[in-house]
Amino acid sequence: MKARIKITLKNGVLDPQGKAIQGALGALGFSGVDDVRQGKYIEVALAEMDEAKAKDAVERMCKDLLANTVIENYSYELVS
Amino acid sequence: MLRTSVIVFPGSNCDRDVKVAIERITGFPVTMVWHGDASVPASDLIVLPGGFSYGDYLRCGAMAAHSPIMRDVIAKAKAGTPVLGICNGFQVLCEAGLLPGVLMRNASLKFICRDVHLKVENAKTFFTQCYREGQVIKVPIAHAEGNYFADADTIGRLEDEDRVVFRYSDADGNVSPETCPNGAQRNIAGICSADGRILGMMPHPERLYELALGGTDGRRIFESAVVSLAAAA
Repeated sequence: MKARIKITLKNGVLDPQGKAIQGALGALGFSGVDDVRQGKYIEVALAEMDEAKAKDAVERMCKDLLANTVIENYSYELVS
Repeated sequence: MLRTSVIVFPGSNCDRDVKVAIERITGFPVTMVWHGDASVPASDLIVLPGGFSYGDYLRCGAMAAHSPIMRDVIAKAKAGTPVLGICNGFQVLCEAGLLPGVLMRNASLKFICRDVHLKVENAKTFFTQCYREGQVIKVPIAHAEGNYFADADTIGRLEDEDRVVFRYSDADGNVSPETCPNGAQRNIAGICSADGRILGMMPHPERLYELALGGTDGRRIFESAVVSLAAAA
């Protein structure tokens, strides 16, 4: 089973990297880019076959290490 | 006697600087402790040094906060052992939950390496009692992630409990957005725990402790620790 984890900055947390990307897109001639927010994508391969147990483990991975919940949200999907 | 342990993570690069600074200032030898060890020897002071632990992978300080040694650092800190986190050490303290908030990428996205002025906001803590309240000191910063962020409740609590220890200011002690090098909320350069015994700061006091280095404003951090320990003995 594989967990596809997305980590994004919470609303209201400034994202200077997103702003820099937005600026670079503008400089490349892409008009109408209203906002850019960047984040992380992490794939974790799990030996666990039971979906409930896998979910529980991924939840703890996100809380304990992968995301800093002071500034970040996380979401994930499990795919077999 | 001052027994200091400096924790060395893979990627720490200010560990020897702080060891030399503490040995020269206090006259007592410093023990280096590898991050993979299970326990810190009995210490009067634990220092988490500056650097780029684990190459800043995932988030700065995040991996180091889960190093084997940190379990004992956290236990000892909670039991009252003073802990000083400098730069990356501050980031590790936040990721380990010993201090609130997080250090984000500088608002300018640039790595900033220069001297800054700091206003001493709390001169009553374990690490700052040799400064004067309101004193302006000059200490270097060298970081890309020093942009302190916490939610409004946390910031309010830090202010109410007088836990903002240093703020970025100008040479006259004026604190404004213009005197903030990295975008940190409320110009926060350093905060402490409720009892003042855990201090995290982005600036590097160990880099300005003798005149040959261009200034001595950093030494009082370490002198304060010696005085505080002597007073408690």
